[in-house]
Amino acid sequence: MAEPSPSIVHSINRNALALAVFAVITVGIVALTHVSTRDQIKLAQQAALENSLYQLIPKASHTNNMLKDIAWIKHPLLATDKEKAAYLARVNASPYAAVLQVTAPEGYGGKIQLLVGIYYDGTLAGVRLVPPHNETPGLGDGIELKKSDWMLGFNGKSLNNPHPDRWQVRKDGGEFDQFTGATITPRAVVKAVYNALKYFEQNKDYLFDRAQHTQTQTDSLED
Amino acid sequence: MHTTEYKNITMNGLWHKNVATVQILGLCPLLAVTGSVVNALGLGLATLAVLVGSNLSVSLARSFVTSAIRLPAFVMIIASLTTCVEFIMQAYTFELYQILGIFIPLIVTNCCILGRAEAFASKNPVMPSVLDGLMMGAGFMIVLFLLGAMREILGHGTLFSNMDLLFGSGAAHMKIKIFEEFPGVLLAALPPGAFLGLGLIIALKNFINRQMELHEIAKKGAPVRGSKRVRTTGAIT
Repeated sequence: MAEPSPSIVHSINRNALALAVFAVITVGIVALTHVSTRDQIKLAQQAALENSLYQLIPKASHTNNMLKDIAWIKHPLLATDKEKAAYLARVNASPYAAVLQVTAPEGYGGKIQLLVGIYYDGTLAGVRLVPPHNETPGLGDGIELKKSDWMLGFNGKSLNNPHPDRWQVRKDGGEFDQFTGATITPRAVVKAVYNALKYFEQNKDYLFDRAQHTQTQTDSLED
Repeated sequence: MHTTEYKNITMNGLWHKNVATVQILGLCPLLAVTGSVVNALGLGLATLAVLVGSNLSVSLARSFVTSAIRLPAFVMIIASLTTCVEFIMQAYTFELYQILGIFIPLIVTNCCILGRAEAFASKNPVMPSVLDGLMMGAGFMIVLFLLGAMREILGHGTLFSNMDLLFGSGAAHMKIKIFEEFPGVLLAALPPGAFLGLGLIIALKNFINRQMELHEIAKKGAPVRGSKRVRTTGAIT
């Protein structure tokens, strides 16, 4: 095999060196931006989390810091694909309420992420959507609180209120409204909320016991 | 550098070579995020920032970059700038960042950015390159804005809703209700509405172009034709 000519070797060396310098500079810029925005991003994530948790379980209603009182859970009923934080509220060490991160896997545009707040007695404090979602604008996006009050219909409901047979959308013989032209989205959400209630009923003591001593670092809602 | 050249760069970016209506680039984000003005402006500003930054860096680096490595080098610049913009949006406009989701990192793949780096910034000095980035980005943003406004008005009956996501809580009152109790035209909110809207904007631009051409021709033709008689009596009624 013939030796490559010196000029080719020279140009390869030069180009490789130039690219390496570029890589170092650009990575440096990214690292710099990362370091300088890291704290602000943490704050923003924390604020978003706080905001959504306290909408369900108002801050004044409990005495512990529920952002830090966390149990990590994964369960088929919650349809989560990995361990997610459940946030626990207590009043003077006795269990008060929990906020679970739940996935509704059967949404029209894919998975819908929900926050489900449940009081210790099994009544729903409320359900909120975690953005973003892919439900059809104008049809399925009625699950957004900005678009309609539908989500508020869960407040105060529990496993036996309405009767388990009626935990369906109206079209399937249940108690919950569907949207005009969109049944799949509400159906998915109703089912996910019902499953979350079932999970909570079976596991609530385990949840509150397990979390009591594990003051884990808070995690964002995002994957 | 002459002012006429700056004027040309400006006109090219905003009108003659507009990224969205003439070059038809960056359609994926353009069509996907223009459901409302705030989403459109958010992505428009992010793209504008990356475009100006990449044109600036490419122009500064143009003498060190040989043609063999220029593409990887440009892509590295663009990717790192996009990542920076992503961090900044996450830090200061967290909710908007969540809504725009995947379309922020996808700015890297917007052809217009690599296109301007290759076609303009790699061959021109810093000042014109920055101006080119600014004007191309502004042209893109204006189309995003128009499309977002059209779709928000028709789809939701509002304009400028949720502007606080982008400009802080002071902008929350910017929301205008165009129609009270408006059910919304579903088509406008769905993806086909974006295609139709963009089509209409392009048609309008072409129509204006044509009118301007006709006007030019008429202006040139005008003095030659017409009467050459001159009234000599003073009796004007």
